[in-house]
Amino acid sequence: MTRFSLGKYLLPTYVFLTFLFLMVPIGYTFVFSFNDSIKSNIIWRGFTLDNWLNVCDQADVCGAFGNSLLVAVTATTVSTVLGTMIAIALVRYRFKFRSATNLLLFLPLATPEVVMGAGLAAQFLDFGWTKGLTTVIIAHVMFTLSFVVVTVKARVATLDPALEEAGRDLYASPMQVFWKITFPLLLPGILSAAMLAFALSFDDFIITQFNSGSVDTFPKFVYTAAARGIPPEANVVGSFVFIVAIAIVIAVQVRSAMKKRKLLSK
Amino acid sequence: MAFVAFGSQAPTKEQGPSKTGRVALFLLLPGLFYLALFFITPLVSLIITSLKAPSATGAIGRYDLGLEFGNYVYAVTQYAPQIFRSFSFAVLATVIALAISYPIAYFIAVKSRNRPLLKGILLTLVVAPFFISFLLRTFAWKQIFSNDSLVVNVLKDIGIFGADSYIIGTNFAVVFGLIYNFIPFMTLPIYANLDRLDLSLVEAGSDLYASPSKTFRKITLPLSLPGVISGTLLTFIPISGDYVVASRDFLGGPDTAMIGNVVEANFLRIQDYPTASAISVMLMATIVVLVSAYVRRSGTDDLL
Repeated sequence: MTRFSLGKYLLPTYVFLTFLFLMVPIGYTFVFSFNDSIKSNIIWRGFTLDNWLNVCDQADVCGAFGNSLLVAVTATTVSTVLGTMIAIALVRYRFKFRSATNLLLFLPLATPEVVMGAGLAAQFLDFGWTKGLTTVIIAHVMFTLSFVVVTVKARVATLDPALEEAGRDLYASPMQVFWKITFPLLLPGILSAAMLAFALSFDDFIITQFNSGSVDTFPKFVYTAAARGIPPEANVVGSFVFIVAIAIVIAVQVRSAMKKRKLLSK
Repeated sequence: MAFVAFGSQAPTKEQGPSKTGRVALFLLLPGLFYLALFFITPLVSLIITSLKAPSATGAIGRYDLGLEFGNYVYAVTQYAPQIFRSFSFAVLATVIALAISYPIAYFIAVKSRNRPLLKGILLTLVVAPFFISFLLRTFAWKQIFSNDSLVVNVLKDIGIFGADSYIIGTNFAVVFGLIYNFIPFMTLPIYANLDRLDLSLVEAGSDLYASPSKTFRKITLPLSLPGVISGTLLTFIPISGDYVVASRDFLGGPDTAMIGNVVEANFLRIQDYPTASAISVMLMATIVVLVSAYVRRSGTDDLL
């Protein structure tokens, strides 16, 4: 067909423009991380590398970033272990209270953060617990757990039970079967679940604000700073995290593409 | 990402002879106990707190156990505009986000199906906003639309805008920010669904002389409905409780406060825990009604 069709170009153009729109705040944050600002980081005053080289001149930004890392690493570890166990049980075992379990796991995904945040804060108040890093970690394990279950469960479902049976036929103990067969096969799913939990925890603000007391995480620092203007060092941290995350995503995609090619060429 | 997994509902066929008993309990109990302790009991705490009465000692931030159902009446009458606004903003932003996201999801899932590289790049770009802090993204829009910014000045110069018009602090700015932040939540589940769309069904439609638009309306759209529903829930629910975008330090103004802002102010600033809890309980109840309608339609196994 040689007929010029508008429809052929309309959709790609639309997609291109929307993606441009999606990138605007990212580009803006990145550009203003190089701004030679004095007090507030609103007007462009010229290019400098100073913000990147001396991030910790803004001790608050650095400390908050450190807290966010600590919370995310701890919460991710706990919720990945608990979530993986649940995911295996959901696919491999039959048990009575199955739909109640499904519902209990789904509800946190469907609850607005402000409700979970206020609920936990009310409970900590009732218990008389002091809010701090521990309460933030408790909260983050809670809201990332279901995401881990969903992600790992998809991987367990693709696993061939015959492989484990083969292990048992060869007189491997249940522990050996798990660590030598099941776990290595589940690892990609577990890793992507952990990455997701980490990302969710690191970027969480609402639940954190309700349960952190005087402890600052990076998003909480940004929220508090917004009233008087966010320092460029915060843009540096944001841009840095962005670059690392994108690099990981690209590495994972390239690796899986290469694997596919290898399989095809065999 | 889980949003994809959530929308895609991987086929979970029962595998092998299902063993029950101690192993299953050992695997399930720690996690479920954790959720019972830190998800369910907090909801109970919230209900108890919502019925508390001011302390007899009169101290600020102290409350005694009670059955003050009046707290709910007070919350509804005092904050009716914010409740109504949250609901309208959430509906509006969800509908517009759906209209923006569907063609993108369609392009990635169907039009790029045979081009893995393009597909990979586009998917990465959809999730890219997740990798820069939610607050930084929103603040970037505030600065882009601030009163003396390039955008606003150009709008004034070409006469679309009056000399004393502004964007930040308006309902428009808040809905705009909500739409921007939640486009990926809408796009991914629809993409995950369309990715599994059997194109031979679409071909069958055109073989039978249906016009492209008719094929879309009668085949593609109905088949992608589960993705649309997941996306709608994943967008509507977080928006209904958000208070960052509508905050006065971000895109909001004095008259844009939503339910989340009310809960934040009452809980964390003026320590009116019962009112904050009453509003949270009502929000949660609404969501539970929505979700149970969804469950009745498709059962609990498709939830996860």
